[in-house]
Amino acid sequence: MKMTKLAATLAATMVVAGPTLAETLHFPSLSYRTGPFAAGGIPFADGYSDYLTLINERDGGIGGVPIRQTECETAYNTERGVECYQSIRNDNPLVLQPLSTGITYQLIPRTMEDGIPMHTMGYGRTSAVNGEVFNWTFNYPANYWDGASVIINYLLDENEGSLEGKKIALLYHNSAYGREPIPTLTRLGETHGYELVTIGVDSPGQEQGSQWLQIRRERPDYVVMWGWGVMNPTAIQEAANIRFPMENFIGVWWSGSQQDVRPVGSGAHGYKALAMHGTGMDYPIYADMQQYVIDAGKYAGTGDEVGTVLYSRGMYAAMLAVEAAKTAQEIHGVAAITPAMMRDGMANLEITEELMAELGLPNFGPAFSVACENHGGSGAAMIQQWDAEAGEWNLITDWISPDRDLIMEMAMDDSLAYAAENDITPACMN
Amino acid sequence: MLYREAGDYKTSYVADSQTFPIKFDRYGYYVLLGFAFLVMPLIINDYWANSIVVPFLIYAIAALGLNILIGYCGQLSLGTGGFMAVGAYASYKMMTAFPELNIIFVIVLAGVVTAGVGVLFGLPSLRIKGFYLAVATLAAQFFLIWLFTRTAWFYNYSPTGMISAPTREIFGVPVTGPRASAVSMYMICLCFLVACAWLARNLTRGSIGRKWMAIRDMDIAAEIIGVNPLIAKLTAFAVSSFLVGISGALLFAVYLGAAEAGEAFGIDKSFLVLFMVIIGGLGSIFGAFAGAAFLIVGPVLLKLLLVNSLGWPTDLAAHLEIMIVGALIIVFLIVEPHGIAALWRTIKEKLRLWPFPY
Repeated sequence: MKMTKLAATLAATMVVAGPTLAETLHFPSLSYRTGPFAAGGIPFADGYSDYLTLINERDGGIGGVPIRQTECETAYNTERGVECYQSIRNDNPLVLQPLSTGITYQLIPRTMEDGIPMHTMGYGRTSAVNGEVFNWTFNYPANYWDGASVIINYLLDENEGSLEGKKIALLYHNSAYGREPIPTLTRLGETHGYELVTIGVDSPGQEQGSQWLQIRRERPDYVVMWGWGVMNPTAIQEAANIRFPMENFIGVWWSGSQQDVRPVGSGAHGYKALAMHGTGMDYPIYADMQQYVIDAGKYAGTGDEVGTVLYSRGMYAAMLAVEAAKTAQEIHGVAAITPAMMRDGMANLEITEELMAELGLPNFGPAFSVACENHGGSGAAMIQQWDAEAGEWNLITDWISPDRDLIMEMAMDDSLAYAAENDITPACMN
Repeated sequence: MLYREAGDYKTSYVADSQTFPIKFDRYGYYVLLGFAFLVMPLIINDYWANSIVVPFLIYAIAALGLNILIGYCGQLSLGTGGFMAVGAYASYKMMTAFPELNIIFVIVLAGVVTAGVGVLFGLPSLRIKGFYLAVATLAAQFFLIWLFTRTAWFYNYSPTGMISAPTREIFGVPVTGPRASAVSMYMICLCFLVACAWLARNLTRGSIGRKWMAIRDMDIAAEIIGVNPLIAKLTAFAVSSFLVGISGALLFAVYLGAAEAGEAFGIDKSFLVLFMVIIGGLGSIFGAFAGAAFLIVGPVLLKLLLVNSLGWPTDLAAHLEIMIVGALIIVFLIVEPHGIAALWRTIKEKLRLWPFPY
């Protein structure tokens, strides 16, 4: 760790002292525009890139320093993810957002060693909320365990506060990503008295016949889904085929975008999903986006994803990264920040409702603040429901808070176990 | 001119039956070894080591292993990914259960465990052949992955089912985990590759290898002349799985650092290694290296060229990469069905006569 700090300081002085170095802020994007998960990867990458382009075009960068974007294709494949990481790690990447829980798990120890901050927004390792162990990893504003808890809290609301005797099936992508909510749902099941049935779907998830046969046999009251990519429309189609009541089928925020419900047509009407941020084009920022990025022809990809759920998420991720960079510039009084400074900015990030409104995204995301003890933000999420006739997602609840005490307790156990395994002494940086 | 054996007198049987009987070849081999061990560690940078050379070395071991089974013994296998997973999970279990055990022994023992599993799944080969055996090994692939994703004991009950390699050191230098430097990773993979290649080469040119080849060429005839098919086939499965297991352990512990069975060792891994063996050349040690280089280094170089040098969009480059590699595979199979190794043999023949061909 000492060596890393030393190296980071050295790098910092080099960047500040070296006038020959072109001063840019490097925001890499580990995207996937190919493979079975491209349907989710493309809009996210487009939104991420478009927002950064907007900041460059409209504001001339962050604090006067232009943003430099690079993109590396991972195809949601961990080996290629590692290759991408190796290709950018010496290029002062300010923050990594791999959009893959598998790649996140691989990069957590490496980024800790190399001193590069990583932001896994709504995915990745949940116990990274404990910033004393995971100094370089952030997962604000919400994580999987929050999502699982929000779904249960929502169902509790629907059932007058009791899930006693109910049966909930979890249909999950059989990978690190999909297995992540199981401990939380199991724990909550003990508290609230529902029975949890876990049903795994092997990647990529086009084959779900036997799983839905099992669901038919088990007759669960609710089906909760942790799916991604091609698994989502397949599951919704299968649910429609067996006439499972769609309003009792709830997906996580990665299973709730237009790409997931559109292929099913009217059968998907009433399907619900978590929403960690608002969606649609009714935000003032889109006026600027239209003017500076889209009309100027500087959009990423084909430009047809603007305003979709995952595009909004990519934009949100970029917005949080830019705000963290601004915070870092304020803390250190330096415009050309280093990855180590960026980490400080992320660790002290504060998002208020006023700030969101000022950025042209009022009520888009929750207000939250990050601290060393809590890298996870507020954890609140909303529930959205698909209206197949109108072809749009409607938010049907306000922000629902998760059972944060339980999640923090579980995250503490898990992160301390990780610290013990890897000889980390839990401590806040700086 | 080059590769001329004129004047290269052998005075003993040992000298005559050595691996590189031609002096030019032998010296080339020594120079290459010296370069790999002495010069490469000094000049290699992190990106090259981590993204190109280390995966090449690891996959070359897997291709060597599969080449013994398919190329030398003629037993078609589609279970390579599953056997690599056995190596990875065995090394993970040993690394966590016996933290004191040296990583070299861990990897070798992981190979031994995989050899055992390979023999078990090789048993059907005594009764079934060809495509039917391929289907049986395909079953092994799916069964093993299913086992590793469903049985929590294999991943030490971690909530996500991921296994991650702790840091292990050799002579105080970390070779696994995030603190391992590129050079140390390169060196351990290189040592294993050289040892494995030496083992494979010497087994295949000895009596065991001859038995394998007799079984491959015609198993009934081999049985008539006294080759025991039970022993020959099962030793082929054992040695092949041993090498594949080592490569799986290295891939997980040294290269990836963290893995999950379905994603890292899926059926596509089996096909990747099979393609390496077919493109490199069946029944050739050099072919295993050439095939691994073609399928591991080729795509990365192509990506570097298209994305980093020409600045093309990443998705276009990724799609082009699939198309170009696919087209090259087809071209190779049409132009040189016996793989790169056969191409190399032809070049060698030509070089022998160069510059005065008759």
